[in-house]
Amino acid sequence: MSYVYESYDVAVVGAGHAGCEAALACARLGLNTVMFTVSMDNIALMPCNPNIGGTSKGHLVKEIDALGGEMGKNIDKTYIQSKMLNRSKGPAVHSLRAQADKQDYSREMRRIVENTDNLTIKQAEVTKILVEGDQVTGVEIYSGGIYPCKAVVLCTGVYLKARCIYGEVSHYTGPNGLPSANYLTQSLKDLGIEMYRFKTGTPARIDKRSIDFSKMEEQFGDEEVVPFSFTNTAEDIKKEQVSCWLTYTNEKTHEIIRENIHRSPLYSGAIEGTGPRYCPSIEDKVVKFADKNRHQVFIEPEGNYTNEMYISGMSSSLPEDVQYAMYRSVPGLENAKITRNAYAIEYDCINPMQLKPTLEFKKISGLFSGGQFNGSSGYEEAAAQGLIAGINAAMKLLDKEPVILDRSEAYIGVLIDDLVTKETHEPYRMMTSRAEYRLILRQDNADLRLTKIGHRVGLIPEDRYEKLLQKEQMIKEETERLEKTPLGGAKEVQEILESLGTTTLKTGITLAELIRRPELNYDMIAPLDKERKELPRDVIEQVDINIKYEGYIKRQMHQVEQFKKLEGKKIPDTIDYDDIPSLRIEARQKLKQIKPISVGQASRISGVSPADISVILVYLEQQRRK
Amino acid sequence: MKSDTIAAIATALSNAGIGIIRISGKDSIAIADQIFKTKSGRKVSDMESHTVHYGHIVDDGTVIDEVMLLVMKAPRSYTMEDSVEIDCHGGIIVTKKVLETVIRHGARPAEPGEFTKRAFLNGRIDLSQAEAVIDIIHAKNDLSLKNSMRQLRGNVLTKIKDIRSNILLDVAFIEAALDDPEHISLEGFNDKLSTNVSANLKSLNHLLASADNGRMIKEGIQTVILGKPNAGKSSLMNLLVGEDRAIVTDIAGTTRDTLEETIQLNGISLNVIDTAGIRETEDAVEKIGVEKAKKSASEADLIIYVVDASVPLDQNDYEIIEFIQDKKAIVLLNKSDLTSVIDDVTIKELTKKEVIRISAKENTGIEIMEKTITSMFFKGDIEFNDEIYITSIRHKAALAEAIKSLEQVNESILMGMPEDFYSIDLMNSYEVLGTIIGESVDEDLVNTIFKEFCMGK
Repeated sequence: MSYVYESYDVAVVGAGHAGCEAALACARLGLNTVMFTVSMDNIALMPCNPNIGGTSKGHLVKEIDALGGEMGKNIDKTYIQSKMLNRSKGPAVHSLRAQADKQDYSREMRRIVENTDNLTIKQAEVTKILVEGDQVTGVEIYSGGIYPCKAVVLCTGVYLKARCIYGEVSHYTGPNGLPSANYLTQSLKDLGIEMYRFKTGTPARIDKRSIDFSKMEEQFGDEEVVPFSFTNTAEDIKKEQVSCWLTYTNEKTHEIIRENIHRSPLYSGAIEGTGPRYCPSIEDKVVKFADKNRHQVFIEPEGNYTNEMYISGMSSSLPEDVQYAMYRSVPGLENAKITRNAYAIEYDCINPMQLKPTLEFKKISGLFSGGQFNGSSGYEEAAAQGLIAGINAAMKLLDKEPVILDRSEAYIGVLIDDLVTKETHEPYRMMTSRAEYRLILRQDNADLRLTKIGHRVGLIPEDRYEKLLQKEQMIKEETERLEKTPLGGAKEVQEILESLGTTTLKTGITLAELIRRPELNYDMIAPLDKERKELPRDVIEQVDINIKYEGYIKRQMHQVEQFKKLEGKKIPDTIDYDDIPSLRIEARQKLKQIKPISVGQASRISGVSPADISVILVYLEQQRRK
Repeated sequence: MKSDTIAAIATALSNAGIGIIRISGKDSIAIADQIFKTKSGRKVSDMESHTVHYGHIVDDGTVIDEVMLLVMKAPRSYTMEDSVEIDCHGGIIVTKKVLETVIRHGARPAEPGEFTKRAFLNGRIDLSQAEAVIDIIHAKNDLSLKNSMRQLRGNVLTKIKDIRSNILLDVAFIEAALDDPEHISLEGFNDKLSTNVSANLKSLNHLLASADNGRMIKEGIQTVILGKPNAGKSSLMNLLVGEDRAIVTDIAGTTRDTLEETIQLNGISLNVIDTAGIRETEDAVEKIGVEKAKKSASEADLIIYVVDASVPLDQNDYEIIEFIQDKKAIVLLNKSDLTSVIDDVTIKELTKKEVIRISAKENTGIEIMEKTITSMFFKGDIEFNDEIYITSIRHKAALAEAIKSLEQVNESILMGMPEDFYSIDLMNSYEVLGTIIGESVDEDLVNTIFKEFCMGK
């Protein structure tokens, strides 16, 4: 029996990494928000890897923070090891990654959401999305309770018709035996939404006491820790860190896998979902890269208060007995006791090309979505979309401009643009190679890129905004000072240069030019810079990067300028592509399906040629003049 | 780098005398400044709008042509942007050279219909013409795409594809390592990369050099030499080319394949194709040659029909005469050094074409033939597609940019820049090379990363 329960402004379906960000954004912007979860005890659960960040994902977390999201702050509170990856490479690919205490992470996030004003949390399975005309009007839960609302954000993660599989065993549950959501898919299909079925997987967890760490290499965290949140300093979050461990598979492991490959549900056809190429199961690796005689295996703690260790690099859906044999063939794991089996999980998600870049469904006004439901993978990708979907649901109800980040502003922009514009046939993961302007989309300048947007939206408080403006000013002044300060070839100068292992001066030079030399940097030339003032570390970092990589950055800025021209040419909703006779048929079909918001987005659709773009430009100008 | 200043030859290339090069965009005046020299040393940027100036186009100290230059400042130009027009006087080859110089100094070759498109978008052209603008873009674009591929000489396509896949593999390795530094190490990769880059550079430079002498792109009038076996086609070819390119023997059927050379005739490029003699044959290899000859001839802009004047016309000749009826062709009565059994009038009546008596062996009559072809061209009797020149210039510009990007990679390696900087330039060269063979980038990189390298988790 259906009955009407409380009304809300926004209903968020799911309380994972996407759902939490969406709900927090809406509630913090003053909207009366309800968040549904199948389990109150599993808010912001990390069912797979025990870390946040990593290459390009670390960028996402910093961007979330700069926009006023929660993930960065939460991992800063709950990390147990932190590392800046790629430190020996250029600043654009420095990537922050932290091991989390999973339980702490979940508990801290629960504390935050439970104590946020305007936010109600309800344990219930949402079974129906209610729509009148093309406007969302509410949600219905399993009990029949109806929650009328003006906007809905779907963040169902991997829970829609979830099925966990290993070997011949399969359970219709979400991760860790949590209940799956079995009704919502049908409701969405009834609304005309196209669904996909994807799969992903996770490795076994092993009891720490059964592992022989003496056979493994210890992996330490960084001594100098960089926080994810721009509101924290290294000092604020300093703590004792735990280690991870490295070991390898071997020929024996691979033999066991090869002998039993016919028992893998992936190869027997029992799994129909499409898996991601970037985190292949160990059986996939062995089959596809047969020439590699070993693969790395990282042993990572799941937290400070548990003995469970995560076996990174060996996700699998082989039967239990094979799992035992395979893990035990790895040095250090000979006596391993598996606490949880590795498994693959299948779930329903959508074809994200049905979404606008605001993450609202094109067909249903007020219905937004984020996270794995949109065909992505990863906690960070989920949180980023949840935040944007939440912000834009709020912007819609508050009658304000939506937030659409473009590819030159943020990794989040690349992520969402890719999802809604390009066809994806596997769970989408962020990668630095997907960002064409990555030299300017660095993790170190996420605050400079996005804090203003967060402030405009209303998620960044005034004092934080003021601090950012000051930082900008300091960077500008110091960069200019170095560009202008000349240095002559006095004897003392030459001696210092020699001691720094760099060539001496033949003509006058500016301090900036000196910093540009590959072997030097801002700190090293301190003895030559008499007028230098004490500046915060993060300001110095920006000055150093701006000067050192100026040539490359300028080139990229020039490309961005070109890019922005087409992004700035908006295509009205009302455009009728059938009215443009010269479009090729393929282009016409794609354009009608995707409904790009700008000529720039149109140009990235596969099947739309440069000539089609010219035709659209001329057509738009024609319409404008009419 | 994608410049926003565009350039193209604005006049049809099939007439004599003046060729106009049009440049439009914010850098057009600065570009003209670099290459246009007046006697007084006056700079283009100092010239008034809508004034015409006499001077020379000079590149790297070499005078390319004596020209008139017209400056039009925004918004008083066709495109409503800063524009420069250069009137060249030195014929087609020189006009092309001037355009190449303009492009080397920062303009990019205009896309088909782009001047008109800009004129419309900037409000210069009336709304009623919008449809026409769209049609131009489409028609020209289709044509240019077709040409772009068709004009590449056979093995060039393969070469560019090879170079591209080499580049992509290097980028994919770097990117895989950047994305998964704990599984894939870049240690020692610099040396390997630098070797690869140098090898690719060598191939590209070779291609660019060959582009300059027409070996990369078939530009010019497609001219096919036809005739029955042993009529003297190969001898004629050698005469035109000036070297023993085709094998000449007196055994009928020696040329079994088609040979191609580009020759310059009073400033006109002829892409001359020597073919196997056309005759009924049972020899399998020769048969293929004959088929090829017929195919080339059917696509030709001009056919040179070589007749052996020392023997009577036979069935093979009649077949050729039938074939060239509705085509642009001239007839050469060869072997005029020997006793002639065919007279000019008969053959002229049969073919209804210009007939010239030559002796390839004694090198007589060739000048008359050259003059005839030249005047056919300038009278407009022979037409060919201008787009071909533009395509070749576009290809060259793309090659040059790819080379520049790869050189940048080598420089970055030398300077000790971190690896992620290499992929920017590597990817750029991959992308511009793709424009030559009509392939875009799409998901190539991500696909290659996953295909070639085993990624973590």
